Amino acid sequence: MDWQALWLSVRLAAMVSTILLVISLPLAHWLTFSRRRWKFLIESLVSLPLVLPPTVLGFYLLLSLGSQSPIGRWWMSVTGHGLAFTFESLVIASVFYSLPFAVQPIAAAFAQVDGTLHEASATLGASTLRTFTRVTIPLSIQGIVAGLVLSFAHTIGEFGVVLMVGGNLPGVTRTISIAIYDHVQALQYDEANATALLLLAFSFVVLLVVYGLRRRPWAAAALS
Amino acid sequence: MLTLDIEKHLSPVFSLDAHFTAPAGITILFGASGSGKSTVLRCLAGLTPPDSGRITIDDRVLFDSMSGVDVPVQDRHIGYVFQQLALFPHLSIQDNIAYGLARLPLHEQRSRVATIADAFHIRGLLERKPARTSGGERQRAALARALVTLPSLLLLDEPLSALDHAIQSRIMEDLQRWNASHRIPVLYVTHNHREVFALGERVIVLDGGRVVASGSPHEVLDQPGRPALASLAGFENVFDASVIERRETLGTMTCRLKGSRTELEVPLHPAAVGEPMRVAIRAGDILVANQRPQGVSARNVLTGTMMELRREGATMVAIVDAGRRFIVHLTPEGASSLGLSAGARTWLIIKTYSCRLVV
Repeated sequence: MDWQALWLSVRLAAMVSTILLVISLPLAHWLTFSRRRWKFLIESLVSLPLVLPPTVLGFYLLLSLGSQSPIGRWWMSVTGHGLAFTFESLVIASVFYSLPFAVQPIAAAFAQVDGTLHEASATLGASTLRTFTRVTIPLSIQGIVAGLVLSFAHTIGEFGVVLMVGGNLPGVTRTISIAIYDHVQALQYDEANATALLLLAFSFVVLLVVYGLRRRPWAAAALS
Repeated sequence: MLTLDIEKHLSPVFSLDAHFTAPAGITILFGASGSGKSTVLRCLAGLTPPDSGRITIDDRVLFDSMSGVDVPVQDRHIGYVFQQLALFPHLSIQDNIAYGLARLPLHEQRSRVATIADAFHIRGLLERKPARTSGGERQRAALARALVTLPSLLLLDEPLSALDHAIQSRIMEDLQRWNASHRIPVLYVTHNHREVFALGERVIVLDGGRVVASGSPHEVLDQPGRPALASLAGFENVFDASVIERRETLGTMTCRLKGSRTELEVPLHPAAVGEPMRVAIRAGDILVANQRPQGVSARNVLTGTMMELRREGATMVAIVDAGRRFIVHLTPEGASSLGLSAGARTWLIIKTYSCRLVV
């Protein structure tokens, strides 16, 4: 078992899920409640990683994070080293790659909240932000947890984007799924099997959590 | 004093064009579904913008299309009790009521919640979630939540229509007692004529997006000059008829119901013999007997057959074929003591002055 790679993946996934939570709450709110006509454009962009080959996303991210790119040059001037093939580049790439897995369940949960509750909140003097934090978020908590768990699991399991952007540096960018690939390349099937089994069990538990959350604790609140 | 004068296009065939004023106290906004009642409330609360017009409460302008004023919902300070109540399911009754008091210090919030909870008799359920309370308790909680912020106007969108009579009137008594000391305008939307008489100091009748009548409940609903208003106003029986005899000295006349040989004595009306008219009778104004009644003052005794007898809440609804089909309301006790059942020979007794003429 490659504990270094496993620990790297867990750190990466935890950081990505946290960043995605911060991004997804306002983004999902906007996607759910905005009446802009060009909303579908943003919806399509957010969902793009679902259909795009990871190598395509990885390739363009590599170009835009490379030392010749504006972002790469800015990073160099701030930190003194390049951005590509670092842990930070993995975080940035994974945030893009896992974005729909966080945004979609959260937006779906927001949309299920009864609109009259938002109106009631407003008539009681609450601002849009207060309505969001006191009504929308508490009533969407299962969707938010589902989004977090799914984006965490998806980040743990990603391969293509990581390989393109991060390469395969032990302790820096060598994640668990890349470790499995390495084991197979080196014909270490037992090692590969142990790691793969762990990921299989983990993924199954994640889905158990997500589907278990579908039971709504306030389902009895059929208020008429 | 609330003053409203707004226009709103809702569809190619329906537009709202309403203006009225409502002083402190309960004003009933009455009309069939689709008459525009709920839209009026939503425009007042700021949830739906009118196309044009002006809304003021006392000196405060909430909406004025001329000067571009449109105060946002959260700054209007208007209490709104939704038809579905919209209590927050994840918050206790206590936190629901305190929701609009966020700007006050915590001890002030608690004492205000306690005071209003006493006024609406829900002190014992403050810790519960809404799902664990009864329908009536939820209505009380929703009222308390809206009123605890001391709004300058209270809007009620048929919140009590799902409740039984007794609970409904006790809740309204509490509301009236609360408002006796606060004196704010309360707009109560309903399509139920019984509520109009039970609650209203004033009634405004909305039909097709326009105010068609206003005044005290008796002024408005007892003289239904328009057929649409007659059925709205709870005249369950509306018959086409024609005048067959006038008795000027007695102040009465006889008319025959169209499509039957049934004749009714009705109050005198300036219609000539042979002229068509409509007779409207409330289902609750008709007496039922299981044998030919003797020695009654009522001039109209009709004989017929009981077609159907069913219970609707606390009321028994009978349909009696006496040439035309009459809808009659009676109490369950009354129905069972007479041993009424479908198919039985039945007599209907209707006072002359229970027959209203609609032209």
